[in-house]
Amino acid sequence: MTEWLERHMPKFVMAPSFVAILIFVYGFIGWTAWVSFTKSRLLPKYDIVGTIQYDRLFQSPRWETAINNLYVFGILFIVISMFLGLVLAIFLDQKIRVEGVIRTIYLYPMALSMIVTGTAWKWILNPGLGIEATVKKWGYENFTYDWLVNPDMAIYTVVLAGVWQSSGFVMALFLAGLRSVDEEIIKAAQVDGIPTWRIYSAIIIPSMAPIFLSAFIVLSHLAIKSFDLVIALTGGGPGYATDLPATYMYTMAFSRGDIGQAASSAMIMMAVVFTIVVPYLYSELRAKND
Amino acid sequence: MTDLSNPHMAKKQSFGTVALRWLLYLFLGLFVVYYLMPLFVMVTTSLKSLEEIRTGSLVALPRVITFEAWQTAWSSACTGIQCEGLQPYFWNSVLLAVPAVILSTLIGALNGYVVAQWQFRGANLIFSLMLFGCFIPFQVVLLPMARMLGLMGLAGSIPGLIFVHVVYGIGFTTLFFRNYYVSIPAELVKAAKVDGAGFYRIFWSIFLPLSLPIIVVTVIWQFTQIWNDFLFGVSFSQAGTQPITVALNNIVNSTTGVKEYNVDMAAAIIAALPTLLVYVVAGKYFIRGLTAGSVKG
Amino acid sequence: MTLKSALAASAAVSIISATAGFAGPEAEVLHWWTSGGEAKSVAVLQEEFASKGGTWTDMPVAGGGGDAAMTALRARVLSGNAPTAVQLKGPAIQEWYEEGVLADISSVAQANGWADVLPASIAGHMKCEGTWCAAPVNVHRIDWIWANAAILEANGIAMPTTWAEFNAAAEKLQAAGITPLAHGGQAWQDATVFEAVALGVGGAEFFQKAFVELDEATLTSDTMKSVFDQMRTMRGFVDSNFSGRDWNLATAMVMNGEAAFQIMGDWAKGEFLAAGKEPGKDFLCASTPGEGFLYNVDSFAMFDVAGDDKTAGQLLLAELIVGKNFQKVFNLNKGSIPARTDVALDEFDSCAHTSAKDMADSNAGGSLLPSYAHGMALRGAQSGAITDVVTSHFNSDMSSDDAVQMLLQAVQNSM
Repeated sequence: MTEWLERHMPKFVMAPSFVAILIFVYGFIGWTAWVSFTKSRLLPKYDIVGTIQYDRLFQSPRWETAINNLYVFGILFIVISMFLGLVLAIFLDQKIRVEGVIRTIYLYPMALSMIVTGTAWKWILNPGLGIEATVKKWGYENFTYDWLVNPDMAIYTVVLAGVWQSSGFVMALFLAGLRSVDEEIIKAAQVDGIPTWRIYSAIIIPSMAPIFLSAFIVLSHLAIKSFDLVIALTGGGPGYATDLPATYMYTMAFSRGDIGQAASSAMIMMAVVFTIVVPYLYSELRAKND
Repeated sequence: MTDLSNPHMAKKQSFGTVALRWLLYLFLGLFVVYYLMPLFVMVTTSLKSLEEIRTGSLVALPRVITFEAWQTAWSSACTGIQCEGLQPYFWNSVLLAVPAVILSTLIGALNGYVVAQWQFRGANLIFSLMLFGCFIPFQVVLLPMARMLGLMGLAGSIPGLIFVHVVYGIGFTTLFFRNYYVSIPAELVKAAKVDGAGFYRIFWSIFLPLSLPIIVVTVIWQFTQIWNDFLFGVSFSQAGTQPITVALNNIVNSTTGVKEYNVDMAAAIIAALPTLLVYVVAGKYFIRGLTAGSVKG
Repeated sequence: MTLKSALAASAAVSIISATAGFAGPEAEVLHWWTSGGEAKSVAVLQEEFASKGGTWTDMPVAGGGGDAAMTALRARVLSGNAPTAVQLKGPAIQEWYEEGVLADISSVAQANGWADVLPASIAGHMKCEGTWCAAPVNVHRIDWIWANAAILEANGIAMPTTWAEFNAAAEKLQAAGITPLAHGGQAWQDATVFEAVALGVGGAEFFQKAFVELDEATLTSDTMKSVFDQMRTMRGFVDSNFSGRDWNLATAMVMNGEAAFQIMGDWAKGEFLAAGKEPGKDFLCASTPGEGFLYNVDSFAMFDVAGDDKTAGQLLLAELIVGKNFQKVFNLNKGSIPARTDVALDEFDSCAHTSAKDMADSNAGGSLLPSYAHGMALRGAQSGAITDVVTSHFNSDMSSDDAVQMLLQAVQNSM
């Protein structure tokens, strides 16, 4: 009896988590999918009426803006954070004297909630109060930095604040990865006369593939969650120029009593995430098991 | 750290190398400014009087340092009818965050252990399914979760909030531990099995002792996510169980009345202190934790 | 102990244990009045409640004009744990009623004669299919224009009574280097200005057809195009930093002379008063050019909850909210006027008197209209859709023709 128990123990251990994920992630996604085919308004209704929510969604100019912003913001945020994190990690790896202090400074923004981050950056980027005003006070009358209030540029301020918050964490991940590379290999390469930058690009960085996976997962998670950041920084404005699918969904569900619409936007958002994340996960995990 | 220094190269120290070195420090220094600026603004604003904020510039140091804003934020700012500041809500957040972090870390450790070292059919699939759960935006699960919590009788309570945070933290904690445990050589497990040790025995005596670094990483991540969460906190709590983020929101986002920027900033910093402390104190263990993933066999 | 006292004691004990189940009226109140001034006003209600033996549990959730609170409300209702009283207004009340989660407080309404002391259109908002389900707290007027008295005098400008006069005054001010209109570029503020302009340009009937009945012909009419034209003109009268600015910072601009006018509801008065300004002397208040009165009524809706304590709490709360004392004190602090028409206004200032008089006049004349921008005229989905178009037009160079087309499509899409 205990023999059988012992053999199947791993499964028992993972079972509760698995069940929880099935219900609270996939079950809820299923619930959302169901509701997206109904005419739910204030509270969920469960009579299927067809694809009208999706029709409404694709006709909405605001949704179009939101999806475009997701691509712009998502790609820029992830790529810049990864790149910056990697560069900073490589630089910090060069035996800097005050490494500990600098590392803490780069890392701390992650500790702040997005509400705090958004509020602080809203101040700094405000033309009348922040950078533009300060530089003007210093005498440069013609300096303008009004991205925050410009409908075309506002989304980039969200990128700026988002990168600020997360690139330090990514840097920490990469720094750890850099330092866990086997010393012998590096020494051997150096003896062979390979230049430092080549060592990085040909040996160290490729061996950090699992770190890239973790960084990608963390950043994608944050990009999708950036709801708080947008609300605090721009409120979705000017107009709705910095709307993202997450804020669109929230507005529909909770301000406009239009839960069916919110559900359909959520499904599209999840579909986008799915198509990007799943192939990446698949290739990474497959490679791992080789 | 990666030791790229090389005795063969030492003699080649030239002007170019020194210049590059300076460039390096300059670059790092610029980013220090980028990262520190908001904190600088927040702290200096919280130490100024309202008059000074109105008339002065954003980046100026306070002319007269006053801690009044901090006092107000902690004990007398209005978060509704009560004007007791953040203090009453602080404890709610502690009661919520500590158990949730401990539970999710424990579950993640066991799960990671299973996926990394005890392959059974479908383990990888289950792991991938769990990972996908990391990407679900919380707004999507808000309403169905509300219904579930009601059915489970946990609505509006701290245990309910703990439950929610544990469920949605499983994906990440499992990922962290699994990545860490894959690098522990399978021979160790085999040898222990030969000695007759079982599932839990091996975990307790081999894996757990080695896990301190990754435990630190996981605890830091989870604590930050849970302490800073607003959405679940506002939706699944009621009067008396609201966490500190809800109180902070009430102080900062009141729509009428004079905006007391100094109190807002002080409140934001107070609310962020535990997580900041965790990062600053545990920061170096954090790196060590992420580094020590490789055990050279 | 003697036999008599023993009997008395046991009688007392049995009475106490018989009533032990009922602890006294209690209410958990969800609201977003969290700033210092608002908190004080609501505290008055709490004190009255407590003096009648009630226990008030506060559940404040600030932000977004109630967005975060509505999120919390939905979660609470879905989990079967609704709060006792919730700050709700406009058609949202009837929407929640349709979900079957509101309580019936007709008994209190009848006992206190609400139907006699509330204006008809306001009473209408508080009723759900004939039964009373909410208690009104105040009447805010939306279509106010506020001005810095000194600036107007120095530039020889009078409070405008037509939009043409406003435009002329604004151009004069611009030439003098003063920002004509202090504005905060948030969607709800854009919508506030829009509906004031719409009422002024189109009149009461136009407003009713467009924003209450959503008549398609009216939405695409030439009058609507002129409304957007005027909005385009207004856009030229705001300063370059208006985007995202909070409304009270715009009021501050008027107070310190940076700007001359602000179009904002009567809660702006609270800012002026808090800064020690006097109406008529330091700042001027007038209705925006045009005939009519756009109102916003804050109210508390009572949710269906289990337990005698809570039901008693709701009834007591409702009674106190429409009580004369609370109506007077709360509105004195908040800048609005009582919903009750029989409250003496002696302690209220000149702007409030104007507001009350206008309300009575427009009620008689049929131009007492619900504000769309503040959620009184339409349900969230429709008003949100209209606001999307308004704010998009204001923040771009969209033409009026395109705007009315977008308006029609947005409304149709949101149904």
